[in-house]
Amino acid sequence: MRYLPLTPEDRVEMLGAIGVKSIDDLFVDVPASARRDGTVDLPLHAGEIEVEREMAGLARRNRSAGEGPFFCGAGAYRHHVPATVDHIIQRSEFLTSYTPYQPEIAQGTLQVLFEFQTQVAALTGMEVANASLYDGSTGAAEAVMMAQRVTRRNKAVMSGGVHPHYIETIETLAHAAGVSTQAMPAAVDAEDAVIAAIDADTACVVVQTPNVFGTVTDVTKIAEAAHAAGALLIVVTTEAVSYGLLKSPGEMGADIAVAEGQSIGNGLNFGGPYVGLFACKEKFVRQMPGRLCGETVDADGKRGFVLTLSTREQHIRRDKATSNICTNSGLCALAFSIHMSLLGETGLRQLAALNHQKAVALRDALKAVPGVEVLTPRFFNEFAIKLPKNAADVVETLAGHGVIAGVPFSRLDAGAGLDDVLLVAATETTLDIDITFFAKILTKAVGQ
Amino acid sequence: MSMNNVGRPTRPETANDAGGHETLTGNRGLLQNEALIFELDGWNKTGVDLPEAAAPSSDLAGLLRAEPIGLPGLSEPEAVRHYVRLSQKNHAIDLALYPLGSCTMKHNPRLNEKMARLPGFSDIHPLQPQSTVQGALQLMDRLAHWLKTLTGMPAVALSPKAGAHGELCGLLAIRAAHEAAGNGHRKTVLAPTSAHGTNPATAAFVGYTVVEIAQTADGRVDLADLESKLGDHVAAIMVTNPNTCGLFERDVVEIARLTHAAGAYFYCDGANFNAIVGRVRPGDLGVDAMHINLHKTFSTPHGGGGPGAGPVVLSEALAAFAPTPWLVHGDDGFSMVEHAGEEGAKTAFGRMSAFHGQMGMYVRAYAYMLSHGADGLRQVAEDAVLNANYIKAQLKDVMSPAFPEGPCMHEALFDDSWLEGTGVTTLDFAKAMIDEGFHPMTMYFPLVVHGAMLIEPTETESKQELDRFIEALRLLAGAAKAGDTERFKGAPFHAPLRRLDETQAARKPRLRWKPVAAAPLAAE
Amino acid sequence: MRFTKDHEWVVVQGDVATVGITAYAAEQLGDVVFVEVPEAGKTVKQGENLAVVESVKAASDVYAPVSGEVVEGNAELGDAPETVNALPESGGWFAKIKLSNPAEVDALMDRDAYEAFLATL
Repeated sequence: MRYLPLTPEDRVEMLGAIGVKSIDDLFVDVPASARRDGTVDLPLHAGEIEVEREMAGLARRNRSAGEGPFFCGAGAYRHHVPATVDHIIQRSEFLTSYTPYQPEIAQGTLQVLFEFQTQVAALTGMEVANASLYDGSTGAAEAVMMAQRVTRRNKAVMSGGVHPHYIETIETLAHAAGVSTQAMPAAVDAEDAVIAAIDADTACVVVQTPNVFGTVTDVTKIAEAAHAAGALLIVVTTEAVSYGLLKSPGEMGADIAVAEGQSIGNGLNFGGPYVGLFACKEKFVRQMPGRLCGETVDADGKRGFVLTLSTREQHIRRDKATSNICTNSGLCALAFSIHMSLLGETGLRQLAALNHQKAVALRDALKAVPGVEVLTPRFFNEFAIKLPKNAADVVETLAGHGVIAGVPFSRLDAGAGLDDVLLVAATETTLDIDITFFAKILTKAVGQ
Repeated sequence: MSMNNVGRPTRPETANDAGGHETLTGNRGLLQNEALIFELDGWNKTGVDLPEAAAPSSDLAGLLRAEPIGLPGLSEPEAVRHYVRLSQKNHAIDLALYPLGSCTMKHNPRLNEKMARLPGFSDIHPLQPQSTVQGALQLMDRLAHWLKTLTGMPAVALSPKAGAHGELCGLLAIRAAHEAAGNGHRKTVLAPTSAHGTNPATAAFVGYTVVEIAQTADGRVDLADLESKLGDHVAAIMVTNPNTCGLFERDVVEIARLTHAAGAYFYCDGANFNAIVGRVRPGDLGVDAMHINLHKTFSTPHGGGGPGAGPVVLSEALAAFAPTPWLVHGDDGFSMVEHAGEEGAKTAFGRMSAFHGQMGMYVRAYAYMLSHGADGLRQVAEDAVLNANYIKAQLKDVMSPAFPEGPCMHEALFDDSWLEGTGVTTLDFAKAMIDEGFHPMTMYFPLVVHGAMLIEPTETESKQELDRFIEALRLLAGAAKAGDTERFKGAPFHAPLRRLDETQAARKPRLRWKPVAAAPLAAE
Repeated sequence: MRFTKDHEWVVVQGDVATVGITAYAAEQLGDVVFVEVPEAGKTVKQGENLAVVESVKAASDVYAPVSGEVVEGNAELGDAPETVNALPESGGWFAKIKLSNPAEVDALMDRDAYEAFLATL
C-alpha cells in the first residue's frame, strides 16, 4: 500500500521490540464482542489509476460553472482565482502544517494570519478581526451568541434580507442556547423594518448588505436605533468583493461584521470549504469566538507572532469558552489573503467595479425580456427578478439549454410565497455573449 | 479560586547568546527575513490585470466607499516571494515527524489534492440545479456509505465542518431526541476530566451543564463514578474512545449499557478513530453518535488550522433528528431535502451551516478511502498502533509512560516525573526538540497527567524515521538528566525565532498592523 | 490576613474586607495578563464567583471568601494586571467587600494554617 511505509519485516521486528507476538496483542483492550477478524464489507485497496478513473467519472456527471453561461450567487460566487493562489496554498509548509501551537516553527502561518486579520479589519472597516471561522453562516450564528454575552440579553432580531440559510443556521444554534429569534418576513428592500422590532430585550439586530435579494442598504439608521436600545448591530455580507465598492459595515456603525470570504481566493467547491470573516469593535475582543494572532517579540527582541487571548477558547476555558470552535479555515484564509495581496486596493476596487458593471449589463438584458420584472432597486453584482412562471421550473428548463440561470428563491425558503422570484448574479467571469444567450433562452422559456 | 490549569512560563527568560555568528542583514542562509505586506510599499500596486471598468451606476449614489481601504498590493513575483519566504518558517508533516497527540498528523496524499481540483468538484455551485450535480451527490452518498460501514452505524450527517461542529451536531440531535420524547428536562452532560476542551465547550454552548467523571488509576472511565452520576437529569455522556490518554476504554460496552439504562445517549468523540478504523466498529460498542474528523483519520490536510470536516454517524434513535440537508435516492437519481420540517425531513433539528458541508474534504477523504480500501484502512489502524507502542517501548526506560501497563493505542502518553530534579520542564524539553528538527508532541494535555507529553506518530512514518525520532529523544533525555539544562532553558536556538513572549502578546494585544503614526511636526 | 483553601486572602478593616489571591496562587498561574474585577454594588455570597483572573494558558475563577456587597473593584488591574504577580497580597487586591456576615472571617485560616495547608499540596 503506497501510503504505508512499514514492511512486513519491520512489523515483525517492531512487535519483537515491544515484546508481543502479534498485532492482536495490542488490541487486547477491545471487548471480545467488538473484535472483527476480517475486513469490513467494502472494496479492497486501489491504485492511483483506478481511483482517478472512479473520481473522474463522478466529476464528469456535474456541470461545472466554467462550462457555459452561469448566473448563480446567493451566498457563493464564481470569481477568477489567480494561479499563484493555488500554487502557494499547495506548498507543503502551508498545506501540511497544523494549527500554529509552536510559534517558533510556525511563523509562516502566524504572519499570514496577522496579515489576514489586518486585511479583514480594513475591508470591514472594523477595529479587530479574528483568524477565521468556518464560513459566513456559522460566523453569523457565532455573532449572535457573542452579542448575547456582551449585552446579557436573549433576543436576536433578523431582517427579511438575511440569507434564509443563514437564518436557519442562526436559529438552530440560538434556540439551543436559549436565545429567541425574530425573523422579519423575506422582503427585497426592507432592512429598515427591523427598527420597529428592536426593544429593551434585544441583544442584537442582524442585517445583510448586499442582502439575499442583492439590495444594497445604508444601515446607519439601524445602527443608531440598535445602539439607542442598547443592542448590537451585526452586519452580514455574503459577497466579500462588494467591500471594494460599497461603504463598509464599520463606516455604517456595525458592532460586529460577519462575511463569507469565499469570493476572494476560494472556489465554489459545492458549498465548502469556505472561510468566515469575523470582525468587531476592539472593546468586545474578549468576547470574540475563534483564534486570534497577535504581535510580540522573541527572546532576542525580534518581532514575531503568536496565538493570543487563548483563554477565551475551548482548550483552556472549556465549558466557559466563547465558542467551541477549534479547527477553523486556515488554508482558505491563506487563499483569501494571497488573493487579496495580489489584488491590493487598486485591484479590488477595479474587480468590484467590474462585477457591478457586468450585473448592470445583465439587469439591462433581463429587464428587456417580456414578462420579467427586476425587483432589486440598488445592487452590487446580483439582483432578484420576478418571472411569470415558477422560477424553479424555469431554471430546470434553462439548464436543459446549457444555461445555469440562478437560484430560485424557493430553494432557500419554500414558504415565503416567492416561488416566481429568481436570484441572478454576474461576476468578472461573466461573458457578454452568455448574458445575451441567457436573455434569449429566458425569453423563450417564459413566453411559452 | 479555581486552579484547573497549571500555569507555565509564557515569556522567555533573559536573552542568552545563541553562540552563533549573527549575520549583518539578519537573514540566515536560506532563511530570509520578510516584512509584512503592509511594509512592502505596495499601496498603489496590483498583481492582477483586469479590464477597465465603467464608473458605478447612479443607483449606488451615497452607498459608495469613499475613504481609502488601506490594502497594499503585490506584483506576482513579489507575492510569490513573500509567501515562499514565509512558508520556510513553518514545520510541516512533509518535512518531518509531527507527533502531535490527538491531532493525527499523517501524510496527505497528493492524489487527493488533484482529485479535489477537478472542475466537476471544485467549480460547482451549492445551489445550482440538483439535476446538474448528480456526480457530486453520488460522491456524498458513497462517502456516507463508507462511513456508515466502517462505523457500523445506520446514518450519517455529513454537513458539520470540523470536529467541534460535529460534536455540536451530535448534541443537538440528542437534545432534539430528548425533547421529542418529553425528556427536555435532561440537561446534564457527563464527560471525563481528560476530555478534549471542545466537549465541555460544546455542551455548554447548547445549554447543558457539564459534570466531570472520575478516572481510574489505569486511565479509564471510573464505572462506579459514572454510575453514581447517571440519572434522570443526564442527557448524554461524552467519551472519547480510544481516549485522550491513548487507551482503549476496556469497559466501553458497559459504559454504553449503563448510559442507555439511565435513559441517556452515548456521544463518542471520534477524534481517535484512526486507531481502530477497519478493526472496530463503534456501532458494536453501543455508541449513539460520533463525529469523524476527516482531517485526521481520512488524511485531508490540516492546512495550518483547517479546513476540516466532521461528519457525525448516528444510531437509529437519533437518525430522524439529523440536520438538513438530507440526501435521498429516488427514481430520478439523487436529491436533497434542504429544509427542516419539509416532507422527508420533518424531524430534522435544523441546519449546521448555509450549504451542504465540506465537499472539498469529502472528495479528498473518498479518494483516500478508495486508495486504502477495507484492507488498507485496517492496516492503517494496525500500523498506527504498532508505531505508537514501538515508541513507548523504546523510550520507557528513559522517560516515564503515564500508564506503563498494557499496550497503548495510536498514541503514547508520558508524564514529567522522569524530569524531576533536572530543572527541565515539559515545555523546555519540547522546545529543545525543535532544535533537533522535530515538532514537539502535544504538551500539558490531557489535563489528568502532570506535565503530559502525548506522542502520536501515525502510520505514515517509516521505521527508520521512528528510529531517528527515538534516538533524538533519547539523546535529549540523556542531556536533561546529565544537567545540560542550558540546552533546554534557552531553546530553541536554531528555529527561525527564539521563544516568544506570550505574556506581552496577551497583556497588550496587537492584533493588526497599524501604520506608524506620523511624527508630530516640530515646533517652529 | 486570613486565607481560604481556594487561595484567596482577606484583610478586614472595620466592616470592609479587602480580598485578593495569595502569592502561591499568583505564582501557580504564571504571568497574569487579564483580570476581571466585580463592579461596585454587586452582592456576593461566600464561595460564589467574584472575579476572573487569567494568565496566558489558564483562566481561573476567584471565589468570594466572604459574603457581602462589593464596594470597590481594583480598577488599576485593568491596565496593569501584572500587579497581581508583583504585589499579590497588597497592591494586587481584587475587591473590597462590605461584610454581611463578619463571622465568616473568623472561620478562615490564619497564615500558619494556610502554610500548613500548602505543605500538603
